[in-house]
Amino acid sequence: MAIEIVQPSVGLSKIAVSETHGENSPYFAGWKAYDENPYHEKHNPSGVIQMGLAENQVSFDLLEEYLESNQEATSWGKNVSGFRENALFQDYHGLLAFRKAMASFMEQVRGGKAKFNPERIVLTAGATAANELLTFILANPGDALLVPTPYYPGFDRDLRWRTGVQIVPIHCESSNNFQITPEALESAYDHARSMNMKVRGVLITNPSNPLGATIQRKVLEQILDFVTRKNIHLVSDEIYSGSVFHSDEFVSIAEILESRNYKDSERCHIVYSLSKDLGLPGFRVGTVYSYNDQVVTTARRMSSFTLISSQTQFLLASMLSNKEFTEKYIKINRERLRKRYEMIVDGLKKAGIECLKGNAGLFCWMNLSPYLNEATREGELEIWKKMMEEVKLNISPGSSCRCSGAGWFRVCFANMSEETLEVALRRLHEFMDRRRNGQKTHDLSALAQVQSFSLGDICRLFGERSKDLKSDLISSLSDSR
Amino acid sequence: MPEEMAGNIAQQKASLLSQATQSLRDFRYSQHHHTAGTFPVAQMTQTGPRRIQNSGMEDESREQSQSSSTGMRLIVPLQGIVQGRGGLILGSVIPCAMFYFLQFYLKRRRSPPNLPHEQTSNPPSPSHSSSNLTELSRSASRSSLLLSRGSIGRPHVSSRVHSIAKSNDSPYNIGLDKVSADPYDRLNNPNGVIQLGLAENRLTLDLIENWITEKLNESILSGIATYQPFDGMTELKVAMAGLMSQVVGRTVTFDPSQIVLTSGATPAIEILCFALADPGNAFLIPAPYYPGFDRDMKWRTGVELIPVHCRSSDNFTLSIPVLDQAFNQARKRGQKIKGILLSNPSNPVGNLMTRETLFSLLDFAREKNIHIISDELFAASTFGDEEFVSMAEIIDSEDTDKDRVHIVYGLSKDLSLPGFRVGVIYSYNENVLTVSRKMTRFSPVSAPTQRLVTSMLSDTTFIKNYTEINRERLRNMYDLFVDGLKDLGIRCTKSSGGLYCWCDMSGLIRPYNEKGELDLWDKLLNVANINITPGSSCHCIEPGWFRCCFTTLDETDIPVVIERIRLVVETCKSPS
Repeated sequence: MAIEIVQPSVGLSKIAVSETHGENSPYFAGWKAYDENPYHEKHNPSGVIQMGLAENQVSFDLLEEYLESNQEATSWGKNVSGFRENALFQDYHGLLAFRKAMASFMEQVRGGKAKFNPERIVLTAGATAANELLTFILANPGDALLVPTPYYPGFDRDLRWRTGVQIVPIHCESSNNFQITPEALESAYDHARSMNMKVRGVLITNPSNPLGATIQRKVLEQILDFVTRKNIHLVSDEIYSGSVFHSDEFVSIAEILESRNYKDSERCHIVYSLSKDLGLPGFRVGTVYSYNDQVVTTARRMSSFTLISSQTQFLLASMLSNKEFTEKYIKINRERLRKRYEMIVDGLKKAGIECLKGNAGLFCWMNLSPYLNEATREGELEIWKKMMEEVKLNISPGSSCRCSGAGWFRVCFANMSEETLEVALRRLHEFMDRRRNGQKTHDLSALAQVQSFSLGDICRLFGERSKDLKSDLISSLSDSR
Repeated sequence: MPEEMAGNIAQQKASLLSQATQSLRDFRYSQHHHTAGTFPVAQMTQTGPRRIQNSGMEDESREQSQSSSTGMRLIVPLQGIVQGRGGLILGSVIPCAMFYFLQFYLKRRRSPPNLPHEQTSNPPSPSHSSSNLTELSRSASRSSLLLSRGSIGRPHVSSRVHSIAKSNDSPYNIGLDKVSADPYDRLNNPNGVIQLGLAENRLTLDLIENWITEKLNESILSGIATYQPFDGMTELKVAMAGLMSQVVGRTVTFDPSQIVLTSGATPAIEILCFALADPGNAFLIPAPYYPGFDRDMKWRTGVELIPVHCRSSDNFTLSIPVLDQAFNQARKRGQKIKGILLSNPSNPVGNLMTRETLFSLLDFAREKNIHIISDELFAASTFGDEEFVSMAEIIDSEDTDKDRVHIVYGLSKDLSLPGFRVGVIYSYNENVLTVSRKMTRFSPVSAPTQRLVTSMLSDTTFIKNYTEINRERLRNMYDLFVDGLKDLGIRCTKSSGGLYCWCDMSGLIRPYNEKGELDLWDKLLNVANINITPGSSCHCIEPGWFRCCFTTLDETDIPVVIERIRLVVETCKSPS
């Protein structure tokens, strides 16, 4: 389903015809398959279940409840004077009331352990734009950013496409639970230098997307020491900070900076958004929080390309200023996500699948490496494709996250109802059962092809063990075509 | 054509001037820091526009060469010009003269004490934390022990950061900042600065306000919190196509599937630049043009703009021979032209392009195989006797080769909703649409806003009524304002669209050049407390022209404005 760009008669730019946006990867292909045949409990029970989209729907009811009881905030019906100011408001500083509310929400999410100054908040239309904006500001075309793998597949587009900046992976391995080590940082840096690239910074996601785990304080300290030593920037994308199941398991880079008395803070920038933690991706609200005055000023000017509608700012300012609501929301949301996480991890375990131990996010990091026919990207995509075709589940293969080991998958669990999740787990279970039997029959079918035995011959050869074997054989043979 | 040549030289000078100004500023800052001899983090924080310290750890030598070249940059571009015309004497005299003039110029520009634009527009004053940071002793820290050279450099930022510092010093921005610091209010601040520098329409806000109070009753928030298509909801595209058809009139129809929605026209234009041109490629653009295009089209894309100068003798209309000449000159310089950007109705002049001109432009674009971006932001804000013809109408009559035309539209001007950030790319090129849909991820419109606007645009009776009343009110204000200026002896070009008029104050400036123009602008801003946009900000080749937006005013404000201008006019006329 790759989008083909036919060379037109009147030329387009290199950016337009380039593939650096990375949207032809399986990660996005899976979304298209879902769009064509989406699952619905009643209307399309055999459709594709979308487990490739990190969207939080578990706490919608709380938002709805708030909006219903605070209707004056949702329109200007009763507050006409507010309308005039808002319709005309296009100042790239953003509404002060909203920036204040945003800063205090960020503090709340971090349990008050970090302080945020509303004057340093630059608003953007989503974290996508925030990450691109920072990249434009921190790096020139051809320069490199170091990003730990596995990383969010969209970064290939957000950080590279229009900026011309390169991503150099910091390889993290399953052997130590994908932790970022000083050695991996050094080696990524050296690799970039050996290719004559100027390294401008490190970008981390904390909690990590796709791992669904927070970064430990010790590791954050090491990263901060590293960027200081190399005199480069550190971008900490913390868009899942409010989706950590237990608030005390998350350490923001802001806390580390505070504990260091903001020494060297000017190289640090935080990206945040309301898409994940508040479950409002349709509202497109992101922010760059920088400790560097010059970056704040430039980002603000640059945010002209990605402003948030004043109406939306107005609405959210009022919602986020309601402390009672936000406190309740954050607490209940964490609990629900934890419950969901346990539900999926248990379900997977029953199907014989292990996951990386996670503590945050809207997804788990699933290990199917024992079930690959070959431990390569091809082997991984083979199982991914089968899962899509046979049981209609869209998950994200680790290779689209540039994961160094094959067989890992990101599975999202918060963008559906509990019932749908149960259906998805049943399908997975079924798939795994078939796969295990299939692996047994795999050798047989190969044998059959080589020796030109008939099905009947094989069955006779092994005795009439079971009807299952025969049907598995047939399906595995037809698959191989 | 000697006049044109003179124009080009003037233009080169102008660009040199800005280049050199920046270089000089760099030079001054680096000197300042060297003489200060300390590690000047704190000072730099306050000095503003340029505070990069080039003292990298790993790449120190490379960085040093960068910083020493800032001083050189002043001379080098000048040599380039001089070499072309020969002469060792000129080569040394001109740079010296320019240098002297620039120092003088900068001194003047910096002297007014009440231009605190950096402070007022940039609240991110250094927090306590960061100022503490500068006072910390560095030798005791653990991380600096790891460093071979003992001091920590500032992390580098990209060259894009430097380029914007320059543009924010433009009169256009200084004026806007001055207004926001001390805005005029009939009752509460009658001596404040009157805003005539912002194309914002307040004449018909009451109509929209009424609509929202009376008609907006459905819940606009249900079911939209989740991810929505980044290029816009289908319902809004349908409603938008309807609005565009209605505005353009006659038989032109717009196809919703050719629409990509963006958060305002600013990203719409930038996205088209990203999609159509590579860094270093250029667009031809009839000048005078909207000052924001320098940022929107050039800053992040690396694309260049080549002004095609329109003149008062032609009522600032575009002539194809001049366009052709600009094209050929650029080609001779080895520059690749990717397209033409039109604004129709024009901003800042307010005139409309005729059907014939549009046809010739399309022919021209075909002949050269380049794109046309037609910015039609003010399509419904027309009030004259002339008809507005959209590029869509021209292309509608053609069967083939439509894929070089792209239209930009939005609701900021025609519907007075700049805060809502709704812009439109309308393209006939499937590939451009594909790329734009991907790129608008970086500039999407928020879902609640889409919902509200869909509801409003779908009320076609309201929209029809609104556009009619809006046109009447624009016409009325235009007449009042232009008549007022006429009494002062200030002429305006004939405008048929937009929220502004284009005024000729060349008789009031002395000397007759950009400096004279900026002197007058400065007087109007700082003495009369009126912010208007000088033509030089719009790259107008003739000095003494100004854009005055009249739609932020109330009818009763007009005498106040005229009176304030009168005071300045009188000082200009009286022999000094």
